[in-house]
Amino acid sequence: MKGMTIIVKKVTQMICGVIFLYGIYIIVHGHLTPGGGFAGGAIVSGSFILLILAFGSEFLALKKEETGSSILESSAILIFLIIAALGMVIGGVGVFFVNFLPKGTIGQLISAGVIPLFNIAVGMEVAAALLTIFLALLIYRDEVLK
Amino acid sequence: MILFILAVFLFLIGVYGVVAKRNLIKIVIGIALMEYSVNLFLILVGYVKGGTAPILTEGMTKDPFVDPLPQAMVLTAIVIGLATTALLLAIAIRIYKKYGTFDIREIKNLKG
Amino acid sequence: MELLLIVIMVLMIGGAIFSLEARDLLSAVIAYGIVGFGLVICFLLLQAPDLALVQIVVETITLIIMIAVILNSTREETEHGKGRRSVVFALFAFAFIGLFLYFFDRTTRTLSAFGEHTLRMSKAYLQPGAQQTGSANLVTGVIFDYRGYDTLGEATILFTAVIGVLAVLRLKGRKEKE
Repeated sequence: MKGMTIIVKKVTQMICGVIFLYGIYIIVHGHLTPGGGFAGGAIVSGSFILLILAFGSEFLALKKEETGSSILESSAILIFLIIAALGMVIGGVGVFFVNFLPKGTIGQLISAGVIPLFNIAVGMEVAAALLTIFLALLIYRDEVLK
Repeated sequence: MILFILAVFLFLIGVYGVVAKRNLIKIVIGIALMEYSVNLFLILVGYVKGGTAPILTEGMTKDPFVDPLPQAMVLTAIVIGLATTALLLAIAIRIYKKYGTFDIREIKNLKG
Repeated sequence: MELLLIVIMVLMIGGAIFSLEARDLLSAVIAYGIVGFGLVICFLLLQAPDLALVQIVVETITLIIMIAVILNSTREETEHGKGRRSVVFALFAFAFIGLFLYFFDRTTRTLSAFGEHTLRMSKAYLQPGAQQTGSANLVTGVIFDYRGYDTLGEATILFTAVIGVLAVLRLKGRKEKE
């Protein structure tokens, strides 16, 4: 798939870093402002999809990209499960999903126990999942439909 | 009350799209319309008149909070809807490659 | 505020009807975008900012995937006109719609009116919510602390859908045999 005109390419070069940082801001501040893992993950994947659409797909090594994002998604959900299972071991009660880190004061960035770690894991997982779906459709179009 | 009936009317339009249309893309659009209308209905049930969003900020007034429990359920439901629609579209593009058409009356024969 | 909600929902219903009756598939997908973005305004009017953020990004990605699927295949729909079964079909459709709306009306009389809300579970989550979970955003507290198991289920569904897409398009595995 060919890229777009030069105006789109220049604007994308300037903007896609800002969108990526905005997505990370929404993921990390998930327990203070509206947003959280799901919205931030979708915005991060949006910045990557913008980059691919503006520059064309002959610019990337598509098979390698798709393998990389699939490994990232699997490891993100594994981290989520490990944090949940650690709650069973460390917290005193012995059930799944115990909030075992100390909860600070409400409204600070480092507070609410284990919730920011959950937000980061879910954000990584949603971003990698949407990127993998998009790359799979793109590879199918380029190599099979010819 | 009329808001509930409008939301259910959107659901019925989705059912019409699944049952009566012959093109595969219109069937997928019908399924997605049903999901949107159910999400809207759940949020309509949980609204409190004069309420604000359930987030503690500095300098809040003493307004009552809107119900946070349906919002948590619908948040995951939106992402699940996206996953379902993406899978249906992948199946549709495979069917197009094999049979050459999107019309469901011509792909009923189970050819090998 | 209710009047604004009614106007936007009528606009969404109009967009949905147009999207199902259009002959050109690209017009159908663009009209489907009206429904999605109207839903964003409805979520903002109903005081749910988390949902508006998620819905606007998810709707954009869905539109991109649908347009990519349509532009790689046919673009118009071939309707062969009405068949001879269409009168019976319309009769059954009206009977079904009438029955559904009647039972729905009887069910919503047991719900409270729009705006008065009396669920007991929510009071148990709102009162000690900020103290027990420690987060200022109550929706995030409900998702990850009180209802963490449901979020694990949702992550599993997303993961399974991605594996399903990779398996259906046969990108991993043997080569095409034809």
